[in-house]
Amino acid sequence: MTAVPDIEFRAVTKRYGAVTAVSGIDLAIPPSAFVALLGPSGCGKTTCLRMIGGFEQPSEGQVLIRGRDMAGTPPYRRPVNMVFQQYALFPHLDVEDNISYGLRQARPRLSSREISQRAGEALSMVQLAGYGRRKIHELSGGQQQRVALARALVNKPAVLLLDEPLAALDKKLRTDMQIELQNLQREIGITFVLVTHDQEEALSMSDFVCVMNGGRVVQLGQPSEIYDEPADLFVADFVGKTNLVSGKVAGLSGDLVDVALADGTVISARKRVPLSRGEAVSVSLRPESLSLSAPGSGSLKGIVRNRIFLGSTAEYAIEVPGIGSLLAKADHVIGQGNLFRPGEPVAIGFAAGAPLAFPHAKNNGTNQREDQNAEILS
Amino acid sequence: MRAFVVAVFAFLYLPIALVVLFSFNAGHHASEFTGFSVQWYGKALSNPFLVEALKNSLFIATTSALLAAFCGTAAALGLQRVGARTRALFDALLGAAIVVPGVVIGISTLVALVQLFAVVNPFLASVWPTDQPPRLSLGYGSIIAAHGLFSMALVTMIVGTRLASLDRNLVEASSDLYATPLTTFHSIVLPQIMPAVIAGFLLAFTFSFDDFIIAFFVAGAQTTLPIYVFASIRRGVTPEINAIATIVLAASVLLVLLAQWQLGRRKPSP
Repeated sequence: MTAVPDIEFRAVTKRYGAVTAVSGIDLAIPPSAFVALLGPSGCGKTTCLRMIGGFEQPSEGQVLIRGRDMAGTPPYRRPVNMVFQQYALFPHLDVEDNISYGLRQARPRLSSREISQRAGEALSMVQLAGYGRRKIHELSGGQQQRVALARALVNKPAVLLLDEPLAALDKKLRTDMQIELQNLQREIGITFVLVTHDQEEALSMSDFVCVMNGGRVVQLGQPSEIYDEPADLFVADFVGKTNLVSGKVAGLSGDLVDVALADGTVISARKRVPLSRGEAVSVSLRPESLSLSAPGSGSLKGIVRNRIFLGSTAEYAIEVPGIGSLLAKADHVIGQGNLFRPGEPVAIGFAAGAPLAFPHAKNNGTNQREDQNAEILS
Repeated sequence: MRAFVVAVFAFLYLPIALVVLFSFNAGHHASEFTGFSVQWYGKALSNPFLVEALKNSLFIATTSALLAAFCGTAAALGLQRVGARTRALFDALLGAAIVVPGVVIGISTLVALVQLFAVVNPFLASVWPTDQPPRLSLGYGSIIAAHGLFSMALVTMIVGTRLASLDRNLVEASSDLYATPLTTFHSIVLPQIMPAVIAGFLLAFTFSFDDFIIAFFVAGAQTTLPIYVFASIRRGVTPEINAIATIVLAASVLLVLLAQWQLGRRKPSP
């Protein structure tokens, strides 16, 4: 991509006293993309967003917006707008005055006709036409969310920043807003940067997911890449559901490793980083990559402990002696009564290439620091 | 227990109720109710000394409350930007200013003002171009200064509390929407804290209007309403005094209720 990135981080570090919230991040966010910054609380994602908005200054490094270094540029001179987590709508102004707030600051001044026309368009865009004279406290949470969106987008920013915008909504509204946000982003064509700790939200809405942990970017990629090819154990575990099984490297052949599990079973897994023979590893097994069959075939044997029937799929908790409990997810096909019952013995097989082997988790230090950050930043 | 509570409230409010009742007494005696009349209100308001004292009190209360509302709000805004330690120190000083007995404030303000005049007046005399230099002395100015100073602590506390509960996100949102700090202040912060500023003004007004102790020390030759009432009581309690007391009471209660209502208005949503 030759275009200038909308947002670029160059070796950005942010410290609060002794605590490092963001350490040495390099990141380029391509134009017109929907990007999610995903990570657990305290991973530095909100700090990154606030550095783009100008509410925090990096301790080291540069934040560039459309190629311009933003050092020393206050929030009110940056071509970005933010949708705040609690919306931060002005309670003493009505809906239209909230939306036109940014337009009124433009110099040279816009005519009041243009201001009210653009505010009206923004209201229609978020399907709140006719709500202009309502008071903020008369609106529902979902409507307030839309007003916050309109208030930011009416200014036609280069980048829209969204700080956990859906966290305060109930599940049904959240799903609706996810679709609406995606549609809006495609319509308007500007870059959206979304901060979220909800991996489902990140995967479902964005073109690119930037997974963060302990103040660093762990992986940047398309949602399917992040899910299918996680860069490390943290990503594999954090994004989507997975089973982590410990073992030792028994053999190496190209991209593949043979891993001896605790019960002696050897399974073939792909590796994402170099591994050596005898090294302790964790194997990530996605629930949907496990196939269940009647005893006799498959690699592992276990007993169904629990079954959760979800309609199109069923989830099974399977007790495997010597290994522990595994979660398996199977499609349910109408008419084929292939549901296993609790107590029934089953054989477990793996889709080829699905198991991924990672060096055994040793990053306790990272996790501890992360917890500290979470405490201080919350 | 219940009887005790009744006794306490009776002790607190019965005298006030009696004052209000006897202000409407038709007779001359403060101890014997002979019929309903508003004649004492008329008498009170046609007494030139009393009207003069009332005017003085209104002027002093308005000026000192304006001064306190302005300076107190500025102080509360400034205190937001200092470090936690400085902040704690100032909060303690403000609290202390409010609990210091009026007598102490009165005496110390008097001493301070007299000392100040002793320095400033000769200085003014020496630099003034004409033969009649202005002479600072006790009077309006000193009462306004003393009341304003006390009330300022009150306003700073009330506005400070409101500022503390102000959503920081609103300020950031305004800044994000291209508003300069000055615009953010008058379009977002000021409207949000205005109820507290008005409440502070009203309480400051009430305090100044009712205050006797501090005013008594620094009034010089001026007479405020409470000082007038105090002086006339020495000639015996007349129903006229009851009428004035009732007016002051009604005005004070009204202002305090107004202040409460202001503070309850547009509470920042949680």
